[in-house]
Amino acid sequence: MVAQEVEKEPEETVEVKTDFGPPHYEIMLHPIIKKNYGKWKYHEVVRPGVIKRVAESGDVLYVVRFGSPRLLSIYTVRDICDIADKYSDGYLRFTSRNNVEFFLTDPDKIEPLIKEVQEKLGFPCGGTWDATKGEYGLTNIVHTQGWVHCHTPATDASGIVKSVMDELYDYFTDHKLPALCRISLACCANMCGAVHASDISMVGVHRKIPRIDDDAVRRTCEIPSTVAACPTGALKPDMKRKTVILDKDKCMYCGNCYTMCPGMPIFNPENDGVAILVGGKISDARYPPQLSKVVVPWLPNNPPRWPEVVQTVKKILETWATHAEKYERIAEWVHRIGWERFFELTGLEFTEKLIDDYKRTPYIYASYRASAAFRW
Amino acid sequence: MADVELPETPLLDELEKGPWPSFIKEIKRAAIEQEKAMKAGKKIKLPGAAKGLLKVLELAYEEKRTHWKHGGIVSVIGYGGGVIGRYCDLEDKVPEVWHFHTMRINMPAGWFYQTKALRAICDAWEKWGSGLTNFHGSTGDIILLGTRTEYLQPMTNALAYLDKLYGSPAPFDIGGSGSDLRTPSACMGPALCEFACYDTLKACYEFTMRYQNELHRPMWPYKFKIKCSGCPNDCVAAKARSDFAIIGTWKDEIQIDQEAVREYAKVIDIEKQVVKKCPTGAISWDGKELKIDNRECIRCMHCINVMPKALKPGKERGATILIGGKAPFVDGAIIGWVAVPFIPADELIEKCCEMLEAIWEWWDEEGKFRERVGELIWRKGMDEFLKVIGQKADVRMVYAPRNNPFIFWRELQE
Repeated sequence: MVAQEVEKEPEETVEVKTDFGPPHYEIMLHPIIKKNYGKWKYHEVVRPGVIKRVAESGDVLYVVRFGSPRLLSIYTVRDICDIADKYSDGYLRFTSRNNVEFFLTDPDKIEPLIKEVQEKLGFPCGGTWDATKGEYGLTNIVHTQGWVHCHTPATDASGIVKSVMDELYDYFTDHKLPALCRISLACCANMCGAVHASDISMVGVHRKIPRIDDDAVRRTCEIPSTVAACPTGALKPDMKRKTVILDKDKCMYCGNCYTMCPGMPIFNPENDGVAILVGGKISDARYPPQLSKVVVPWLPNNPPRWPEVVQTVKKILETWATHAEKYERIAEWVHRIGWERFFELTGLEFTEKLIDDYKRTPYIYASYRASAAFRW
Repeated sequence: MADVELPETPLLDELEKGPWPSFIKEIKRAAIEQEKAMKAGKKIKLPGAAKGLLKVLELAYEEKRTHWKHGGIVSVIGYGGGVIGRYCDLEDKVPEVWHFHTMRINMPAGWFYQTKALRAICDAWEKWGSGLTNFHGSTGDIILLGTRTEYLQPMTNALAYLDKLYGSPAPFDIGGSGSDLRTPSACMGPALCEFACYDTLKACYEFTMRYQNELHRPMWPYKFKIKCSGCPNDCVAAKARSDFAIIGTWKDEIQIDQEAVREYAKVIDIEKQVVKKCPTGAISWDGKELKIDNRECIRCMHCINVMPKALKPGKERGATILIGGKAPFVDGAIIGWVAVPFIPADELIEKCCEMLEAIWEWWDEEGKFRERVGELIWRKGMDEFLKVIGQKADVRMVYAPRNNPFIFWRELQE
């Protein structure tokens, strides 16, 4: 019995190996992809979720896309692998927005694949768009960890995303929108989800100043780096007492200090919540990249299904979808109709909270070109 | 075999309803199957972790707050990053997730996989962790969600010998975290997309391999991200989400297949959907021939997106480098701006490496704690940054020249 206990696992006896890097991408490529690498001719959309890719060689590959919840158990990943082995020669891909894609050479297998994925995994086929026809589907929401794993969130992430996608499900499985619409969620202003350039974004916000626990600050925090983390200069070191002093009039509750210092928790169940931003855009198509703009300063955290957030996102999406022209993303639509009409049509309230008073972003930035769209 | 008993989670159960796939179902599935696997005799080091997560998460939903604490220092031998320390503040109530550290695993460029590799990761993580993952995290890494400090090294070793121990076609290495080079990422590029103006996967892989030290050992003022997009559609959001964005583009004329344009004309309204939507009015269509004034074209991709069979980027391909993109902390959100308007595709990787190394040296020397490179440029000026990267000013770096005459004529001073 003793011998069994001290017996080490192979992982505990191997020599430590470092800096060998990720697998080379080539060994992960489906043979048809490898053969036609850099030699694709065109693509067309067969149906929502299915893109036909045609190579110069004449080879054809059907890429079939499914939405996933991003948080996956290894048991579901194994099911995904079983399906890829059966339909996709043992190869698959994930997209930058948490969708999973299989590669088919036989178009007759598309419908059986969709059926099997729906039955076994419950993942919907979709998340694509047909730019030729100007008919767009909604793709998956990029998001952060929230209450599942993050130490500084102002809201949950996966729960809101699930609730929003339940409500917008048909937009994922169909091509019913006039243009691309990227939705993102970050559970605090640190924005691991990079929601600052999405068509619609949800971001967790605090509204009350951090609670400074002097004793905990002394025990757990490096004071200079905590002070340096404050964008508005609201924190000052108190070297005598070995803690920090907060000027509450300067604090805008971003929570950056708490990421540096566990001694000043900022979470607040009743006052934390979700701000909604719209009109961000990254691609250069037609209109230059834009940062997202805040249109709702705060909605309550109302778990498990955040009805206020879900309904607001839905209202913005559907108002835009009803009024926008083909190819007009939210930023372009607002540019045409004006913010006056945006607030009028969506029924959202414009308040003083939506007028910028954050003084740090340099004025100079407005003239820097955030686009690769040049005349030569 | 007895059924696995799950904790009562009335609030989380609400998130099993509805048509969209449920992350709660995933956590429950890990809880049930991992326990079953253990009872069936599989080696499982951390049974009950997913079950513990359900308890903590239900409490978070009740109380509308997180129960995760700051990480402290956890790491694996030889590396300073890649493992995010996470502890629960309910260690007495839910000891199974008192430690719940995340591991970031460097994904293959473009997120392409063989199932053999994924199965091997699953087998190792079933043994050494919670059985929960993210495909993928916001940095692009594979996220292994939740294990204990003492299992970090064996799991890292399992990945490092994933080929020999678990039958993967290749081993996997740890990704970046903290103040280091974060795991570079790339769009699918030439692997699947006809728009790719350079080899995004190759570039991403080269940077990752060349800068293993920078990726694994945090030593900078703050994080640094590199993302590779093959065209200005920017499917990996490089412009907004990376300090150094490499955006494929071209300089010469858009390639036109007039016959294919005429085919499109049978099914779409070219005048309305293409000509009128061109931001610079560079396109005309007389019903037979599509003409593009390439001196007016700004290569925005709209017409190519609409008619991929008929239009293609030109042949003189390369990339634009944008610098400074980041989320709001500290100076506010930034979409990267132009640092180099064009680098030809065949020089791209070497030129980027030269520039990256110069930028890192400067930023390491001059950057303040938690100051991203974009913010350092704002503080020191574009003029100094251009010297660092050895680049001449180009009107393509701005929308318009400055609107004040407050110029720093430093070269005229003592």
